[in-house]
Amino acid sequence: MALPNPSDLDAAIAATRFGLGARPGEIEAARADPRGFLKAQIRPEGADQPQGDLGNSARNLTVFESLRKERKELKAEDAAAELKQVQGQIREMAIEEMAARGRLAAATPAAFRERWTLFWANHFTVSAAKGVVAPIAGAFEREAIRPYVFSRFETLLLASSQHPAMLLYLDQAPSVGPNSRAGASAQGQRRGVGLNENLAREIMELHTVGVDGGYSQADVTEFARALTGWSVARGQGGAGGGGFRSQDRGQPGTFMFRPLAHEPGVRRVLGRTYAQDGQLQAWTVLKDLAANRATARHIARKLAIHFVADDPPPALVERLQQSYLSSGGRLDRLAETLIDSPEAWSPTAAKFKTPYEFLVSSWRVSGATPDLDNPRKFAGSMTALGQRPFSAPSPKGWADDAAEWASPDGLVKRMAWSEAAGKVMAQGMDPVQAAQSALGARLSPESATAIARAETRPEAFAVLLMSPEFQRR
Amino acid sequence: MNRQDQPTRRSALATAAALGVSVSFLGRTAYAAADGALAKKKLIVIICRGAMDGLSVSPPVGDPNYAALRGRIAIAPFGEKDGALKLDSTFGLHPALASVHRLALAGQARIAPAVATPDRARSHFEAQDVLESGGVAAYGVSSGWLNRTLQAMAPARKIEALSVGTQAPLILRGPVQAASWSPGGLEGRDERLPRILADLYAKDPLLGPALASGLQTQGMAHAAAALAKAQAAEAQPMTGAGAAQSDAMVAAASAQGPANPRANADAAHSMGATVARFMTGANGPQVVAISVDNFDTHANQGAGTGLLAGRLSALDSLIDGLSTGLGTEWANTVIVVSTEFGRTARVNGTGGTDHGTASTALVLGGGMKRGGIIGDWPTLQQAKLFENRDTAPTLDMRSLFKGVLSEHLGVERQALDGSIFPDSQVAQVAMGVTA
Repeated sequence: MALPNPSDLDAAIAATRFGLGARPGEIEAARADPRGFLKAQIRPEGADQPQGDLGNSARNLTVFESLRKERKELKAEDAAAELKQVQGQIREMAIEEMAARGRLAAATPAAFRERWTLFWANHFTVSAAKGVVAPIAGAFEREAIRPYVFSRFETLLLASSQHPAMLLYLDQAPSVGPNSRAGASAQGQRRGVGLNENLAREIMELHTVGVDGGYSQADVTEFARALTGWSVARGQGGAGGGGFRSQDRGQPGTFMFRPLAHEPGVRRVLGRTYAQDGQLQAWTVLKDLAANRATARHIARKLAIHFVADDPPPALVERLQQSYLSSGGRLDRLAETLIDSPEAWSPTAAKFKTPYEFLVSSWRVSGATPDLDNPRKFAGSMTALGQRPFSAPSPKGWADDAAEWASPDGLVKRMAWSEAAGKVMAQGMDPVQAAQSALGARLSPESATAIARAETRPEAFAVLLMSPEFQRR
Repeated sequence: MNRQDQPTRRSALATAAALGVSVSFLGRTAYAAADGALAKKKLIVIICRGAMDGLSVSPPVGDPNYAALRGRIAIAPFGEKDGALKLDSTFGLHPALASVHRLALAGQARIAPAVATPDRARSHFEAQDVLESGGVAAYGVSSGWLNRTLQAMAPARKIEALSVGTQAPLILRGPVQAASWSPGGLEGRDERLPRILADLYAKDPLLGPALASGLQTQGMAHAAAALAKAQAAEAQPMTGAGAAQSDAMVAAASAQGPANPRANADAAHSMGATVARFMTGANGPQVVAISVDNFDTHANQGAGTGLLAGRLSALDSLIDGLSTGLGTEWANTVIVVSTEFGRTARVNGTGGTDHGTASTALVLGGGMKRGGIIGDWPTLQQAKLFENRDTAPTLDMRSLFKGVLSEHLGVERQALDGSIFPDSQVAQVAMGVTA
C-alpha cells in the first residue's frame, strides 16, 4: 500500500485534530494549504455566537429569580403540577442553550475557531452544578469568552473575572472587606459579613499562574482583599448577590463595584505592591497575573495537552510559552504559533475525544444531528456519557485526558450511542464514502475493511464512529 | 408503600449519581472460600470531596475557643436545640449525624479529629490526588492506593475491580484493571457490533482492554440487577418514597442543583442499602470506594441546620444504609470516611469557611473495639492553629489508612511502607484503630 501523501494527511489532521471533525468536503477544502485553512479562521472579533432566543445574563438571572420565587410560593401551597411546570421552564432554558451551542459546532465551517473557543470556556469554567449559575452558564460563555478568544489573555481574564456567573460561582459577590465601611458597620458586624477567598484562589491556581506558580496563602488572602467590592447588582431584593439588601442602581444581574464593601489599604500580592483605589486595585493585580511567566507556562502546557498529547512535547510547550511572552499574551499570535508548530502535526493521533467532541464530530460526518432535533434527549445522552454541557464537576473544568474518558463504561455507552446514530446517518449517505470524507488519509485499511464488511448500513456507520481513528484526533 | 414505589438498583444509583455521589467497587469474581477469616473482611472508603469541615463534623464544643472562632456557624453545645451529639467532654458529632452517633455509642464508630494528608497546598485537586494516590506529593504516583492494596494482598489471585460512574476515581486506578458501570439510558442491541470492535481494537492498548472490561461489567450488572430484583421481591422495602425517583427527576436535579435535603438523604440511604446488597451477594465486591461531592462550603454553610447539615445528613443516611444493609456482615466491615483537607478554624465573611488543613476522619465498623478519639487533639488555642488559621494536623492520613489495612485486612508492613504508600516510613502505622 502506498503511504498517504503528506499534505493529504495534514489536511485530515487540520479538520480532525485542530477542528471538530470533518464535514463532507472539509478535508478537500483544507488540502491545498492546511495551515492557511486554519489561520484564516483566526479573527479579531472572536468566536461565532450560538443562535436562538437565549437571553443575556441580566435577563436570565431575573427570569430565574422570578421562577424561583414562584416555586417557593408554590411549594408552600403544595401545588405539585404547577411546581413541576416551573421547574420544567428552568430546565428548558438550560437545554435550549446546550442545543444552540451544539448546532453551531455541528455546522460551522470554522471549526478550529470553535475548538479554540471551547478550550477557553473550559479554562474559565463556571458550572450549572451550582444552582444560581445554571441560568447564566451559557450566557457567560457568550458574553465573557466568545468575543475575546483572539484578544489578549488579560482581556479574557478580566471579562471572566467580572462576569456575574463567575462572581456567583466562586462566591465573590458577597465578599466584604472586614475594615470596609460595610464590614466595620454595626450592621455588618452583627451579620458577620467579611472576606471570601474562593475566587482569588481559583484565579491563581486555575486561571493564571497555576498551582506551582509560587504563590502563598498570604498572596491568596491579599488578592481576596483586593477583590472585595467586585459584586453583582441585585436591584430590589433581586438575584443572587448574597446578603445585600440595598436597592442597587445598577441593572440587576450585571457586574457592580461596591465601594462600601472594598477593603481599604495597600495590598501586597506576589511581591508587588498595589496602592490603587477601589476597583482598579484588583484589576491591576489581574493584569500582573496575566503577564506573569508562570501564567505563560501554565497556559502553554494546557494548550499543548489539549491539541497534541496528554503528555505534551516539551519543545511545543516551550514554543507556546515564548509566543505568549513575546506577544504580551496575544491569543491570535498564540493560535498561529500552535498552527506553525511541527509537533502539532504529528501523524500519530494521540488525543482521545471527550464525549462532547465525539458527538459533535459524529454529527459533522453526515450533517445528521439526531440529538439536536430532540434537545432533551441530547442532554440525557450527555449526562449518561458523563459530560452534561455547562455542568463540569468543579472549577477545574472537564478533564482533558484519556485516563479520564477512555473508561470501560464510557466506551460501552459510546458504542450504544453510535448504534442509534448509525440508524439515522444511514438514511442519507453511503458509509464507505462517509468514512473517506470524515477521516481522509487517517482512515486505516483495517477500519475501511470492517466498515465495508458490515452487515447493514447502520452497522457500518456505528463501526466508523467507534473505529480507533475516529475515537481519536 | 406498594411495590411499584420501591427503588430499583438502577434508579437508586442514577439518583445518587445526580446527587454527586458515585460508587466504585474492588472485589473478586472468582473467589476461593478457603481463604480464611480475612476472606470475609470488607472495606468501604468514602471520600468526601470539596474539603469537609471537620470542626462541624465532630465539633469540639468543649474546646474553650470553639464558639468564638466559629461565630454563627458554631454547632450549639450538648443538649441545646440542634446541638452537638455528645461523644466525650470535648467532642460531639454534628446533629445531622444521628446514625453515626448511634454507632459511636455502641462502640462502632470513632473520630480522628486532626488528620491530614502530607499535602499543604490547600488545592482541592492536588490534595485529592495525594489522598487517593497515597503518594507524598501531588501527581507523583499515577495509580490509587486501594488498587495497589488489592494487588499486594493477592498477587496470585484473579481480582476484579468495578467502579460505578462513568469515570474511575484515581483511588481505584492502577495495575488491577478496573471496570466501570454507570446507570444510564444508553444500551445497545446490536450483538455483532461488540465482536467487530473487539477485532478492530485487537492491537489497541487503550481501547481493547477497556471495551472488553466494559462489556463484561455490563453483563455482570445485568445479572446483579436481576438478582436484586429477585431479592427485592422477598425483602422489605428499602426506604421511604423519596428514593423512588425516575430518571427524569435525575435530569431535573442535576440541572437545578441540590434537590431538597430529605429526598437527598432518602436517596443516599437507598444507595447504601443497594451497595450493601451488592457486597453481600454471591461473588460480591470486597472493597468499595464511594465519593460524595459538594463539601466546598465557602458561603452560608449553616450550623446545626443549613447547607452543610444537608450534606452530612446524606452522608449519615448513606452510612446507615450500608451498616444496616450489610446485616450480619457488618461485623466484618470497616468504613473509613475521609476528605482532602479541612477548612479554616474561623468563620469567613460569608458565613462559610475557606480552605484549611487538618479535618476529621471517621472510622466505623461492626467489629470494632470501643475507643476514644484517634490521634491527638491539638486544641484551638490561637498559638496552636496551623499558620494561625487551621486546625493543626496531628495524624498523617496515611497512618490512619495503614492502621486500617493492617488491622482489618492483615496487609503486611512491607507492602504498606512500600508499594501501597511509597516513601511513607515517616507515617507510622496507627495502632488500635479497628482492633
